Amino acid sequence: MYRYSLSRLVRHALSDRPWPRAWREAKPRSHYDVLIIGGGGHGLATAYYLAANHGMDRVAVVERAHIGAGNVGRNTTLVRSNYMMKGNTEFFEFSLKLWEGLSHELNFNVMLSQRGQIVLAHSPAQMDALARRGNIMRLNGIDAELLERAEVRRLLPYLDYSAAARFPVLGGLLQGRAGTVRHDAVAWGYARAADSLGVDIIEGCEVTGFLQDRSGVHGVETGRGRILADRVAIAVAGHSSHVAGLAGLRLPIESHLLQAFVTEPIKPFVNHVISFGAELFYISQSDKGGLVFGGHIDGFNSYTQRGQFPKVRQVAECAVALIPGMSRLKLLRHWAGIQDMTPDGGPFVCRTPIRHLYLNGGWCYQGFKATPAVGWCLAATIARDEEHPLVRCYALDRFARGAESLDEYGHGHWPYRH
Amino acid sequence: MLAIHCPLCGERPYTEFRYGGDASKRRPALGTMAPEAWHDYLFLFDNPKGPHREFWQHDQGCRQWLLVVRDTATNAVGEVILARNAGAGAGEGPGGR
Ligand SMILES: Cc1cc2nc3c(=O)[nH]c(=O)nc-3n(C[C@H](O)[C@H](O)[C@H](O)COP(=O)(O)OP(=O)(O)OC[C@H]3O[C@@H](n4cnc5c(N)ncnc54)[C@H](O)[C@@H]3O)c2cc1C
Ligand SMILES: [Zn+2]
Repeated sequence: MYRYSLSRLVRHALSDRPWPRAWREAKPRSHYDVLIIGGGGHGLATAYYLAANHGMDRVAVVERAHIGAGNVGRNTTLVRSNYMMKGNTEFFEFSLKLWEGLSHELNFNVMLSQRGQIVLAHSPAQMDALARRGNIMRLNGIDAELLERAEVRRLLPYLDYSAAARFPVLGGLLQGRAGTVRHDAVAWGYARAADSLGVDIIEGCEVTGFLQDRSGVHGVETGRGRILADRVAIAVAGHSSHVAGLAGLRLPIESHLLQAFVTEPIKPFVNHVISFGAELFYISQSDKGGLVFGGHIDGFNSYTQRGQFPKVRQVAECAVALIPGMSRLKLLRHWAGIQDMTPDGGPFVCRTPIRHLYLNGGWCYQGFKATPAVGWCLAATIARDEEHPLVRCYALDRFARGAESLDEYGHGHWPYRH
Repeated sequence: MLAIHCPLCGERPYTEFRYGGDASKRRPALGTMAPEAWHDYLFLFDNPKGPHREFWQHDQGCRQWLLVVRDTATNAVGEVILARNAGAGAGEGPGGR
């Protein structure tokens, strides 16, 4: 790998020699040990850890479009580990720990910014719920700090603390190690590091079918021909149902739209990640100065990748209810991504009923922060043909077994309510 | 914006309606003992990219449950009928019969 370093930076600044490509343009070979469908953060991370942790170098990632075109480049970049359901707590903390070393691991600055996330409470019952969540986190060795109203006010002086505030702020829960990561850098960093270990990254190559018989899956049909593989993993985010359907699987997943928004850039203002407690609404400020925020999914199945306007208004109302000073900012851009919603809001990282076919999907709102741990655990699951302990709770048959719930908010089994 | 043509109230913005999910499922007959039948009914979805039969309730209008066919790839709304007229083949709404 052409390593990035300060001396290289200086040398390139002083010469007009261009930087080399970050990864090769690979052509599909006829056979691989492992083939991963989907070149998002999850697929690329999995390929990287297959090579780095398990010494597998005959690995391919096949991506329909180009690297970064999917949700890895559309999310609001929040990373945190303030989960309280058993299974989630340990998994997301493992992921956050991997984030903390990732720039060095990949020799690529992913710009992790641990600016802290504050979840707000607007009622005594919410304060109790946050205290409980914080206690569970601390029992698991995760940092959490319950804040009173005055402490929130000191950290976030720009919220609405007036007597007229529609949802008065009573306090909040701070996770200081939570923050944001530059999402594109995650895709590029994993792609470059995987490529340097021999992984083929094949862009512009859509999987259209599986080669399978009674003994399992043996490869895929693609727009660029047939590719044989001993093991195949699905990591296609919003399209899991569709791709798994090509192999004859029906999943506990519905595809829904989530929108995100960015305002015009302003000077540093919001120095944390903030989650509103009265509605699903979260906000942070990017390094370029834009306020980045989002809310709920649109609320009905959709593959249009184009959000509905009433959601824009609702999210803007949340923004202004929380931070009145935002009312005069202009929205610069907004967009939508297709995400897999599941009956309990939890994902699937597992083997499937079809031999040699592995599934990673159902990530709902939360897959970006999971990227390094998904890669780590899915790679181990594929290499050993057995679920990594941290993802045993994310099995496909958990509803049939009546396994312990992963439902953090108790919404019930309707995917569109998570 | 998505609009739904309510058979009773005419074309209205989707924000007047409450989504009720996939309407292509059929609830197993009461007394069905096989857990797989209930599992599939509750938890598995066809999730098509294309025409999707789904329930919506016109809860800020006539309050009727409707059966809507909408293309999930384009949002184009096709046929809309009252769910109660959909017949047994339509499955049953979230509230049951
Ligand atoms: C608006 C929005 C905001 C979000 N905010 C956050 C957040 O703040 N924090 C967080 O943790 N998570 C967030 N998420 C969720 C997170 O982005 C996703 O869960 C995660 O990115 C999914 O994994 P991925 O990166 O591998 O997906 P993707 O980048 O979508 O990768 C999947 C890839 O599969 C490819 N593909 C699909 N079908 C095929 C095929 N047939 N053949 C070949 N390739 C195929 C697609 O082109 C795509 O590139 C957000 C999501 C959205 C939409
Ligand atoms: Zn009506």
